[in-house]
Amino acid sequence: MIEANNISKFFGDNQVLKDITVRFEKGKTNLIIGRSGSGKTVLVKCLVGLLEVDEGYIMFGDRNFSQMTFIERKKVRKEIGMLFQGGALFDSMTVEENVMFPLTMYTNQSLEEKKERVDFCLKWVNLEDANKLLPSELSGGMTKRVAIARAISMNPKYLFCDEPTSGLDPQTAGVIDDLISRLTKEFEMTTVVNTHDMNSVIKIGDKISFIYQGQLWWEGDKKQVLTTENKELNDFVFSTELTKRLK
Amino acid sequence: MLSRFGRYIILMLKVFRKPDKMQVFWKQFFVEINNLGVESLGIVAVISVFMGAVVAIQTAYNIDSPLIPLKMVGFTVRQSVILEFSPTIISLILAGKVGSRIASEIGTMRVTEQIDALEIMGINPANYLIFPKVTAAMVFNPVIIIISMGFGLVGGWLVSVFTSLYTSYEYIDGIRSWFEGYTIIYALIKTVVFAYLITSISGFMGFIVKGGAIEVGAASTKAVVWSSIMIILFNLILTQLLLS
Repeated sequence: MIEANNISKFFGDNQVLKDITVRFEKGKTNLIIGRSGSGKTVLVKCLVGLLEVDEGYIMFGDRNFSQMTFIERKKVRKEIGMLFQGGALFDSMTVEENVMFPLTMYTNQSLEEKKERVDFCLKWVNLEDANKLLPSELSGGMTKRVAIARAISMNPKYLFCDEPTSGLDPQTAGVIDDLISRLTKEFEMTTVVNTHDMNSVIKIGDKISFIYQGQLWWEGDKKQVLTTENKELNDFVFSTELTKRLK
Repeated sequence: MLSRFGRYIILMLKVFRKPDKMQVFWKQFFVEINNLGVESLGIVAVISVFMGAVVAIQTAYNIDSPLIPLKMVGFTVRQSVILEFSPTIISLILAGKVGSRIASEIGTMRVTEQIDALEIMGINPANYLIFPKVTAAMVFNPVIIIISMGFGLVGGWLVSVFTSLYTSYEYIDGIRSWFEGYTIIYALIKTVVFAYLITSISGFMGFIVKGGAIEVGAASTKAVVWSSIMIILFNLILTQLLLS
């Protein structure tokens, strides 16, 4: 479980996160949704320690992440997998080397063992024959799947996904959503997904946190999100022509 | 300007730490020796030959007095190449070639979130990306400069073969006259310092990039400009310190 307690974040005089308290539960796909510029990416970056919070603190289980030293954080980070919006695969490495990278850095496994783990992860994301390809040879969907394989190679307890379906066609986006959901359930991970894709929200949103103007505005699940009376959330959920008509 | 210098110092404190895994560091180190060093040998050889030849021709044309022996051409070429042309001019060339490569490589990694990915994995990205480049350049650039000196001297000798300005014997006699081994040490000390400046400044410029392709290009240009300025500045300081 991950908890953010009364966290605030400022950029100069601009307060981007305003006293947010939110809990992300184990074994569930926790979604952070909101309009562009609402502060959800900043929230995720604060959670993983890429940005420091100015007020409040973040807990990973019973460990206070905000008060840890660099060395202590390193231990927690070995338990974190992250899927970046663009994949963030290392250009100079093949798919196999990308997925193997965390294992090379943090384990003393033999090459055979590492390859076995890489094959397992790539099979999980349905990319059995992609080992020797370079990131430049992959499609958008394949890039995201390799990034997922890399994120899970160390068997993480926590998985963070920053807009995992952005830039993908609806079918491929569905495949990515399914993968994230299956991973969360099967490996009992605490998954935090930052998205504004309503298909993802309805499909995999076990717990949804709606961020509006830097504040936690609403919390619920995928059923409640469609029936809520909250005006700002309704405006967000039913903003497209398709969802308006369906409503 | 002062805050940027402060950020550079903070980054260097992160760069000069024990690598997360030595095995990975050594692999990266040899990759960088190839990328930054071996791949620069071609351009260094060509420039050095022509540089030595031009210095030789200019010196020969300026020796009017019959009292000055023509072996002074060889002597002048040797001194110019060892003291200044090879360590400084070749380092300036490398600042352009290697510096822009480092800044654009690391800058692109920054804007495509690859550096964030390293950080999330608990890896020190400054150490992982910049340290092997700095150490590889500091180790291999002296080799490049010694090779450059050799090619510079060959350039001057080729002039004696293809023109009648001076004979091959006079040139080689000049090269061997009044040689002081300390000049080589002086040149290599300068080279090591310049190698550090090129790689650390370029790594810093790439590491702090924010934005996209335009900013990466700008960082690459800044890396070359600042590396060159620092080379010129430290050339003066080191010359005063080591030769005065």
